Amino acid sequence: MDIDLALLELGIILVLLGFAGGIARRVGIPAIPLYLLVGLVLGVGGFLPIDDAAEFIEVGSELGVILLLLGLGMEFSPDEFMSSLKRHRSSGIVDAVLSATPGAAAGFILGMGWQGALVLAGITWISSSGIIARMLTDLGRLGNRETPAILSVLVIEDIAMAVYLPVTAVLLVGGEWWLALIGAAVALLAVALALLASRTVGNRLTRILGRAGREQVVIRTVGVAVLVASLAELIHVSSAVGAFLVGLSLNGSTATKIAELIAPLRDLFAAMFFVGFTLAIDPATLWPILPAALILALFGIGSKYLVGRYAARVEGASRAGQTRAGTALIARGEFSIVIAGLAVVSMPELPISPLASAYVLLLAVIGPVLARYSGQNSRMSSLRSRLRRPGKAT
Amino acid sequence: MIVVLASPAPVHHDGRMDISETLLPGVGLRYELTTTNGDHIGLVVARHGEVTLLCYSEDDPDVSFTVARMTREESEAVADLLGAPRLAERFADLSREVPGLMAAQIEITAESPFAGRTVADTRARTLTGVSIVAVFTEGKVLVSPDPDTLLPVHATLVVMGSEDGINALQKRIAG
Repeated sequence: MDIDLALLELGIILVLLGFAGGIARRVGIPAIPLYLLVGLVLGVGGFLPIDDAAEFIEVGSELGVILLLLGLGMEFSPDEFMSSLKRHRSSGIVDAVLSATPGAAAGFILGMGWQGALVLAGITWISSSGIIARMLTDLGRLGNRETPAILSVLVIEDIAMAVYLPVTAVLLVGGEWWLALIGAAVALLAVALALLASRTVGNRLTRILGRAGREQVVIRTVGVAVLVASLAELIHVSSAVGAFLVGLSLNGSTATKIAELIAPLRDLFAAMFFVGFTLAIDPATLWPILPAALILALFGIGSKYLVGRYAARVEGASRAGQTRAGTALIARGEFSIVIAGLAVVSMPELPISPLASAYVLLLAVIGPVLARYSGQNSRMSSLRSRLRRPGKAT
Repeated sequence: MIVVLASPAPVHHDGRMDISETLLPGVGLRYELTTTNGDHIGLVVARHGEVTLLCYSEDDPDVSFTVARMTREESEAVADLLGAPRLAERFADLSREVPGLMAAQIEITAESPFAGRTVADTRARTLTGVSIVAVFTEGKVLVSPDPDTLLPVHATLVVMGSEDGINALQKRIAG
């Protein structure tokens, strides 16, 4: 590795990511699909092969996953989960069945075996809570009746993923089914312990991590998260789950403060994770898988649409609200890529990562666009700008 | 600790208004109420403290329109503004319950001899028997002010006492 060249490559990648983020903002779509595109354009089979920075990006990607899941864990609140589960248990089950089935079916139809089917099921199942929560805020829909239904489904998916990830990780490294069962049990137990600990040990951990200057807070929290994540990886429970558990055990307003401090770091390394994922993909391998990705995307839209309608009906929303909830849930993003990342190591011969990238590229763009045009665009900004400049045509 | 419910459930505030509270998992809390005039309004208080003020559409009660988004600091300033007159109103309610007790607001004008002086300087209690129970200055409310609290120009005093006492104090403060 040549340090100068590594920095040059890294600089080019980050500048392109910056441009991509700006374009996404202007067009009004999430940045994730454009980050993925940058990775496709560069890297293997692209315009600029990335050699010297590859190692750093690989480690950076792992950090990205850890920080994403750490953040998710910190945002999570047991009270919110329990009340979501109470009201939307059926929505969660409908979601799991309807959304995972297309992926599982595609895995078998494409001849990827049960392992491939398992991974694809996860990819089509888990929506992007990051994209969707941001989108609901931007579209001014937090006040709508269907919104608690959408958010409840996302919270239930978060915990479902904490169980799904270690089970899949164990099964993919060739573990016996009973090992996977133990993995699942360990994960569930760990989630329960982390939640329990968040009331006792977590308070102390939160104090230790949070009571310091800003830089110490960031260093300590990331340090603990990376350490626990690496230990989780050692016992094949997936580093992502380890980081999620650390996030879960932090609580209260200090956790909110820590989350705010870590956010910029998370955004940087998460971007590196997305770009790193597609850097390794040769765009030439994307074309043969594109028809499959398109069909899968159609099912991905249809299934989430039905799930959203169902959940919104539980919440008592009108038909229009049900439609808005249905389209809001379509966006897939970070978690589909995290899950696809599991398969890269254990099943490199299967075209799962190009399929997952194409799927996320499609749905991370189509989802928010459909959501925007499925209902009112209720920011009163247009009205306000008219009020501010009377008589001026816009 | 606020009791959190997954569905809109009426929570009684002040025993009069129905404000429903809804949990928004991962985002925060939403409060909704319908005013006497029939306006259906809502507030989303995000975890990080940002507040979104909403109003609901008349033709579709499921749809909300964002009126304004406020940072934590802005929402606190607005809360202070809304809190000040309501405080005076509560004193008014109290005075209705005690016969002979009255509440009033007295502004410190630029001409007042007490502009820039302290609460103790007015000698309100000694001379008129009236108590100064709160001072509003620039959107801030100070309840039970100390004797050495400063009274800047345009501050408003909330006072309680007998009708005669309040009239006397008004004259004294007007100068």
